[in-house]
Parts: sequence; structure tokens; C-alpha cells
Amino acid sequence: MQLVLEKRAERSTKIAILSPLLAIALTLVTMSILFAILGKNPVAALIVYFVEPLTDSFTLMEIAVKATPLVMIAIGLSLCYLANVWNIGAEGQFIMGAVCGSWLAVVTNGTGAGPWVLPAMLVMGAAGGALWALIPALCKVKFGANEILTSLMLVYVADLIMDYLVRGPWRDPKGMNFPTTASFDPVATVPALFETGRIHWGALAALIVVALATVMLGRTIKGFEIRVVGAAPRAARFAGFSSSRLVLFTFAVSGALAGLAGIIEVAGPVGVLQPGISPGYGFTAIIVAFLGRLNPVGILIAGLFLALTFIGGEGAQISMKIPLDLTKVFQGILLFYVLACDSLILYRIRLIATQKKASHGTA
Amino acid sequence: MKKLMMTAAAAAVAIVATGFSATAAEKLKVGFIYLGPVGDLGWTYMHEVGRQALVKELGDKIETTYLENVSEGPDSERSIEQLARTGHQLIFTTSFGYMDPTLKVAKKYPKIKFEHATGFKSAPNMGTYSGRFYEGRYIQGVIAGKMSKKGVLGYIASFPIPEVISGINATILGAQTVNPDIKLKVIWVNTWFDPGKEADAAKALADQGADVIMQHTDSPAAMQVAAQRGIYAFGQDSDMIKFGPKTQLTAIVNNWGPYYIRATKAALDGSWKAGDTWDGLKEKMVLMAPYTNMPDDVKALAQKTEAAIVGGTLHPFKCPVLGQDGKAVECKGGANLDPGQILGMNFYVKGVDDKIPGK
Repeated sequence: MQLVLEKRAERSTKIAILSPLLAIALTLVTMSILFAILGKNPVAALIVYFVEPLTDSFTLMEIAVKATPLVMIAIGLSLCYLANVWNIGAEGQFIMGAVCGSWLAVVTNGTGAGPWVLPAMLVMGAAGGALWALIPALCKVKFGANEILTSLMLVYVADLIMDYLVRGPWRDPKGMNFPTTASFDPVATVPALFETGRIHWGALAALIVVALATVMLGRTIKGFEIRVVGAAPRAARFAGFSSSRLVLFTFAVSGALAGLAGIIEVAGPVGVLQPGISPGYGFTAIIVAFLGRLNPVGILIAGLFLALTFIGGEGAQISMKIPLDLTKVFQGILLFYVLACDSLILYRIRLIATQKKASHGTA
Repeated sequence: MKKLMMTAAAAAVAIVATGFSATAAEKLKVGFIYLGPVGDLGWTYMHEVGRQALVKELGDKIETTYLENVSEGPDSERSIEQLARTGHQLIFTTSFGYMDPTLKVAKKYPKIKFEHATGFKSAPNMGTYSGRFYEGRYIQGVIAGKMSKKGVLGYIASFPIPEVISGINATILGAQTVNPDIKLKVIWVNTWFDPGKEADAAKALADQGADVIMQHTDSPAAMQVAAQRGIYAFGQDSDMIKFGPKTQLTAIVNNWGPYYIRATKAALDGSWKAGDTWDGLKEKMVLMAPYTNMPDDVKALAQKTEAAIVGGTLHPFKCPVLGQDGKAVECKGGANLDPGQILGMNFYVKGVDDKIPGK
């Protein structure tokens, strides 16, 4: 007997919906085993991870704070990935958005500038992210450079540019030489939604982005074009869609969204520009995009779910002394199962009797 | 499925119940926020060693929690507040970058006591604590000055903050007492912990002729490079002798345990007040690892220097302190530089072969 993967005649819609649920179920089972090995009660641990954070307004707000940048970035990435364009450098676009927007906050610091500062910062943040994303897009269109490599490499360039600025010209003169700008003025800060808690207007912006992306993908020609170019490039050429133009478009949009997320993050929860503003949001958002099936609403749910694992993981460290590494293992396992289960959309598993010459080729 | 949910509900009740019984027993909950993983063998590891000493001493009266790998960005405020919300009455935040987030949370929770390491902002319920690490640096300088054959020392520096700069200055001031012509080369790696970068910097310094390496970064990488090159090095944060049995001259050991015990005892008996603690060799917040791999006369000199600092007869920043241009720096503390000048140090002393980045 032998297990083989056999290509389905057409993709299974049922599995496409079930696959993430199956992946989550498998993750929960695996995690339970790990908890048991660590000598922790698996049921209690899963409650701390997934239920307790949902029962308290503080943690609920923190989940939203954490999910905001993830969702915004992932929406942009999903447009790229749907069009078969591989932007891996959202982290760099996030940072450049934060840098470009912060420039205004730094030069207006303490000058008593009016309420125009924040909107202008947001525009500059989005523009900075978009321009940064257009570099790999242009390299791909003009020279055929692989955008996976170029967009990824530019992450480190962006990081070092920010590093230079906050250690040198933009450093807070009263900051004891620490690499950070002065705290942003209130006019350069994204206001909180409520009196208590850190949830801010950026969370609403993320929801608006989700809504706009849903409309664009479902109801506009542009959305149709993205899907066609991604799914059938040859057909798209016959239809007169330019794949080069679409590369530029998707990169610019995803860069702008990542940049917007970046400036909202530094002008919101952080309040200064400093190294380490992103604990890898641009990379985690790739997981969010795929976990959400490249669908805007799916991404919203996936972003909230991943944020939940962060907050729950922290709760588990506090109340059950479960090490942080386990939270990371958890996220890794989740992505692993998602990708594994996804293969079931196009393939089915079959048991066949062993013959003299087993064919492995199809898998 | 129904059964599973029942079990879950029962477990939830059990968790809530244990929460109550813990408060009923009135154990003081003490929380720690760590920058790195507890296994970094450097900065965070030594805070963890301090926490373990605290548990050993007062384990029957307290319960401790730590959150590790908390980045200094937007996550730290939430992590600190999580501890505050979960009944921790005394919270130690162990890295400079937690300063503003700690202050924010401290203002929100005025009844909870906060202790922030190596910062300069405080509040009625937020104290600060740090070590006079420059005292250990001075002793290392004396040893390095004696042990260097080429008269060139290599220094791997992290960030140009006052604590690092005062360490560099103390080193060369110590070295100049035994070799007035000593040279000190500095490489800035812009990281606290990156073994690869630290090793590269150590190699570069060795290539430039340095035959004693010291570092203000947290990993043992520089020690390992020095061991391969057959030159000398110092451990940082913890005793790193096992990474260079024939290489380590001594190490500056961060000894937080006594302070954690002192602060926690004060919190237990109600005498805790937000203080501004800055302890050195005398109070044993800074310790020197055994003096090894050096001739007896150097060892004796090192011990004499240490005793003089502990006894208060020797101050590493005794006036006059000459700046890089050779002119004496204004001396605000009478006989020595005053604490503010050391805590905010932003100039090199004479003899440092480098320029402070961004200055």
C-alpha cells in the first residue's frame, strides 16, 4: 500500500473553505500534545490562549492594536499575490512609510504647528511606502529582476536608513544619545478611540481598507484584471491587460498600505520613531494574507486571530509560565498546516496498492 | 463536543479559583520584563540569575513572573501593563528602552511599584537602578594596559549612550596609569546582541593590532575570537571563562540579585520608596570575576585597584579629566566628576582613537 497525491480535475471549493479550519484544528491538537509534554494542562492552556483574551476589554483592545498593521499590510500583499506578483518586502515599505511620515513630525516638533500635521504625515507615509515598493516593481518591469529578491533586500536598506536617521540627524537632543526621535507632538499623534486603552483611529482605517479591497476585488474591472493576470496570464494578454502595468499598480498599492500602517504605528502606539518599531509586522502579514485565503474579510479574521495568539501567548507566559518560544512554535505550526492543507485543494490523497513501478511523478 | 466544552468550563472555573486562592495567600507578585531571551548568557541572563536569587531568598513570600524577548517598541507598554493588570505589585523593567512605557504604565497604576533599570526618568511609584559598571572598566583598563604587548586595545561598543562612553573612558584612564601611550580602538556595532557582528568586530580589531579585546555587547563571541587568535579578552555581564579558559583576564559580572532582594523586602514590609540606586563594586552590584591568565604582579595590581575603589580612595573619574583635545573637563563634583557628568557622559577623554558617532 502506498499514499499518493493525485491531482484533482478541478479545485475543490469545499476544501478551500475547510482547509484553514482543518489547519487550525490540527494546530490545536499538536499544541495540546506539546502542552501535555511540558506538563501543562492542555485545556487550561488553550483557554488562556484563545478564550481569556476575549473576555476583557483591555486585551480586546490590544488585539485590535496588534491586528491593525497586520491587516493593513496583508490586504496590500493579497493584491500582489492574487496577481502573481511576489512582494516580500512589506517590512521595508512599512519602515519607509514610518520614516517619511515621521520627517514631518520631527521638523514640526515644538513649533506649534496646526492640526494639518497628522493628515499630511499619513499622506507622506503612504507615498513613502509606495515609492519604496516601486523600486523592485520597476526593476522587474524594466530589467526582469526577480522581485522576491529585490523587495526583500530593500527591507534591510530601509532599516539602515531609519537607523542612520534616528542615530544622527533626527536624534532627540535630550535623549542621552539614545537612538530615538523626540516624542511626537499631540498634533502629530493618531488619537485614541476611547479615554482608556490604546486602540486608536488606525483600527477604523484598517476596517475601511478591508471594505475598499472587498469592493475593488469583487466589483471593479481592476479587481477582475488582478485575478485574470494572476490566474491566466496568457488569457489576460489576449484581453489586453498589461502585466507590467499591473506589477507597478499592485506594488504601489501594497507599498502605500504598508507605509500607511507604518506611519500609523509610530504616530499611534509608539509615539516616536526608533529602531524596532516593527516586530516583523511586514513578514507576519505574509502569513496573515495566506491564512486569510487572500480574501479581504478572511484577512481581517486571520489578522485578529494571529493577534489573539500574541496576546494569549503573553497571558500564558504570565499565568501558566509557558515559555514565549511555544507561541512562536505555535505560529510556525499553524502556517505549516495551512500550506499543507492547501495542497488538498488541488490534490487528493489516495491509498493505492503497491505495484512494481510506483509512479511518483504526478506529485 | 459538549463534554469538551464542559471540561473547558470546569478548567476555566479552576483557573479563576486558583487566582483567588493565590490572592488569599497574600503572596507578593513580582514581575520582570526582559529584553532578550533568558538564555542570552549576557544582560537578560544576569537579570534572570538575579530573579532566581530573589526566589531562593524570599520564595515563600513571593511569586515571580517574567516576560522575555519583549521588544522596546510598541509591545513593551502592553507587556508591562499586562503584568500590572494581573496583580503584580512590584515590576522590574530591565532595559533602558522601557523607560517611557514604564512611566506611562506607572502613571496609570499609581499603587503599583515600578523599578526601571538604567534610565533617568522616575515617578513617585517608579524608581531607577543601575550599576557603576565604569568601576569594573577601570580595573580592566589597568589589567589591559599591563597585558598588551603592542600597546593597542580593541573595544567593541554597542550604542553611543553615556553608559557605554563612560565605560570606554574609564578603560583608557585605567590603562594610562600603567602605560601613558596606550591606544584604544573602538568599533561600533550598533547592537547589544549579535554574535556574528561581534565576532567580525573582534576580528577587525585584532587585524588592526589590538591584542586585548573588550566589549560592551552581550555575547561571548568576542571572547571566542580572541581565543582563536591567541590574544586576551574580558567577559561582559557574566563570567565567560568557559568560552576562553586561556583567554579571559577577568569579567564584569552584573549582580542584580542583592538589589532585587532588597527592593522586594522593602515592598513586603511597606518601606519601599521610589529611589535612584546606583551601586558599584562596594555594594556588590558590580562584581569582578576571578583574575586569571595574568602574572602575579598584574593580579596583585588589579586586586589593589579593586580594593581602592571599594574603599573609596580611588575614583576612576578623578579630576582633572582631560578631554580628547587635551583640555581639562569642567569638574562639577569637586575632587571627581559629579554623578550627572558620568551618567550623561558625551565626550571622550584624551587618548581614545575614535570619534563619537553622530557627534
